[in-house]
Amino acid sequence: MLSKDEVKKIANLARIEISEQEADKYSTELSDILGFVEKLNEADTDGVEPIAHITGAKNVIREDKVVEYSDETKEKIINNFPKKKDRFDKVRAVF
Amino acid sequence: MIRDLHNKLINQEITSEKLTEEYFARIDEKDPEIKAYLSLNKEFALDKARSVDKKIKNGEEVDLLAGIPCGVKDNICIEGLVTTAASKILEDYIPPYDATVISKLKERDSVFLGKTNLDEFAMGASTENSAFQTTKNPHDTTRVPGGTSGGSTAAVAADECAWALGSDTGGSIRQPSSFCGTVGLKPTYGMVSRYGLISMASSFDQIGPVTKTVEDAAIVLSRIAGRDLKDSTSMPTADKSYENLLGGADISGLKIGVPKEYFETDGLDPRVRELIEKAIQKYKDLGAQIVGISLPSGEYALATYYVIVPSEVSSNMARFDGIRFGQSVGAESEKTGADYTLGDIYFKTRSIYLGKEVKRRIMLGTYALSAGYYDQYYLKAQKVRSVIKKEFEEAYKKVDIILGPTSPTSAFRIGEKTENPLEMYLADIYTVTANITGVPAISVPCGTIEEDGRNMPVGMQLMGKWFDEETLLNASYVFEQST
Repeated sequence: MLSKDEVKKIANLARIEISEQEADKYSTELSDILGFVEKLNEADTDGVEPIAHITGAKNVIREDKVVEYSDETKEKIINNFPKKKDRFDKVRAVF
Repeated sequence: MIRDLHNKLINQEITSEKLTEEYFARIDEKDPEIKAYLSLNKEFALDKARSVDKKIKNGEEVDLLAGIPCGVKDNICIEGLVTTAASKILEDYIPPYDATVISKLKERDSVFLGKTNLDEFAMGASTENSAFQTTKNPHDTTRVPGGTSGGSTAAVAADECAWALGSDTGGSIRQPSSFCGTVGLKPTYGMVSRYGLISMASSFDQIGPVTKTVEDAAIVLSRIAGRDLKDSTSMPTADKSYENLLGGADISGLKIGVPKEYFETDGLDPRVRELIEKAIQKYKDLGAQIVGISLPSGEYALATYYVIVPSEVSSNMARFDGIRFGQSVGAESEKTGADYTLGDIYFKTRSIYLGKEVKRRIMLGTYALSAGYYDQYYLKAQKVRSVIKKEFEEAYKKVDIILGPTSPTSAFRIGEKTENPLEMYLADIYTVTANITGVPAISVPCGTIEEDGRNMPVGMQLMGKWFDEETLLNASYVFEQST
């Protein structure tokens, strides 16, 4: 059902590097699961609206207000950067 | 249980410090085998305990949860404590903030003993998907505690904490509670703020208590529920002290629906079925009215769940890209001198630090949401979700509670299902529906069955109406008190 090439294409979309061996394994496992969820096609959903929010909440808004965090909190956020220069998150060039 | 400990504390029969030390001693003794905890928080916990002791000594009034040692599932953020979600990618992650439930519990002076194990990012049904360790079922250590809150339920069952927080996306509080013999409550979607819970499937996730008694679940729920502006899906709820609403011994007006389909499931252990039938009889004896109902769309629940959940997972997991937090091959390149492009950092970081089941679900969701397949899978599943919800709305016009098994079997063996993801998914068959529809659901112990000479717990599941935790908890309480 889901070929090895399709698995590789999906992995690429999901930004996950996979080996040939893994592609084989995922092809079998994902096909099994997709085969199982095919069951949904039997369900009659003519004229049914898809669920938007399960408890029916609509347009939840809050005040558009800046909340100042302490320097300590800011430091804690910065400390989680995998690579940093001073107080900046250091990343490779995008282009 | 919590109330007893509370009374001992305020009567100064024991100090919170002593109590906390006793729990740590029990963890030292039992946890090398059970492996319920991923990390402990000794210093902070004892500091907190001593501050509660001081308040009590000064004659200050303290909350029921004050000074009571608890465990917290490691996908709930506590500021300053490593929070891993049992994933390598967050192995060193230290949250700069508290989850809302944690802020609320801190206000009540809860003592956090440590963080409990789970399946990586709460994806699984046995805790075997944890990147760090497999938790053992305290009733038989060759068996799983269930999952994904298996660390929390094992810790409560082994008395390595008085109670614990878990999270439930498709049964992750209830199924392990059934396997470990604890009470596990998944509140109505929107009842408890998800702020600071590491997201798995945002339209399903809900935080809830794992406890030894129904009253304890009520005590905890009252203290963590409520609308939170930091979670726009949390709903305004009535401020209730659920623990004070228990004990309505007269349940003669209560209508309990028993869906016939729940007893026709392939793989339902006849001994589990027997215990559920006994529970139904018990409710009859207590005066409840048992109503046979039918929920035919339930057969699509698991398929619906395993389309929508991976879709939400694939979106939520996009944040783990090695750029802002978490492990990253980019950080290593500094040392190794490897010259990675930005693309390399994404691909390699996710490939190395995310586990098998997580990657499987990301790919499944990516596929279900991709061009050409969206209508066939995701949209179709969201429509079926509407159908299932409608069916529940109709059922709740006739009944107050829906009763059935929590899981088709008792705890399975470690390794039994790890090679077959689909078979693992089937362990969620009775529990996913409450998350699909958003209703509150609880697993309450209803007996044991013998496996290899050991008595393994079995739970029954009760599902209530949206935001009617009061009726749900009371029905559970009446049952518990009568057994």
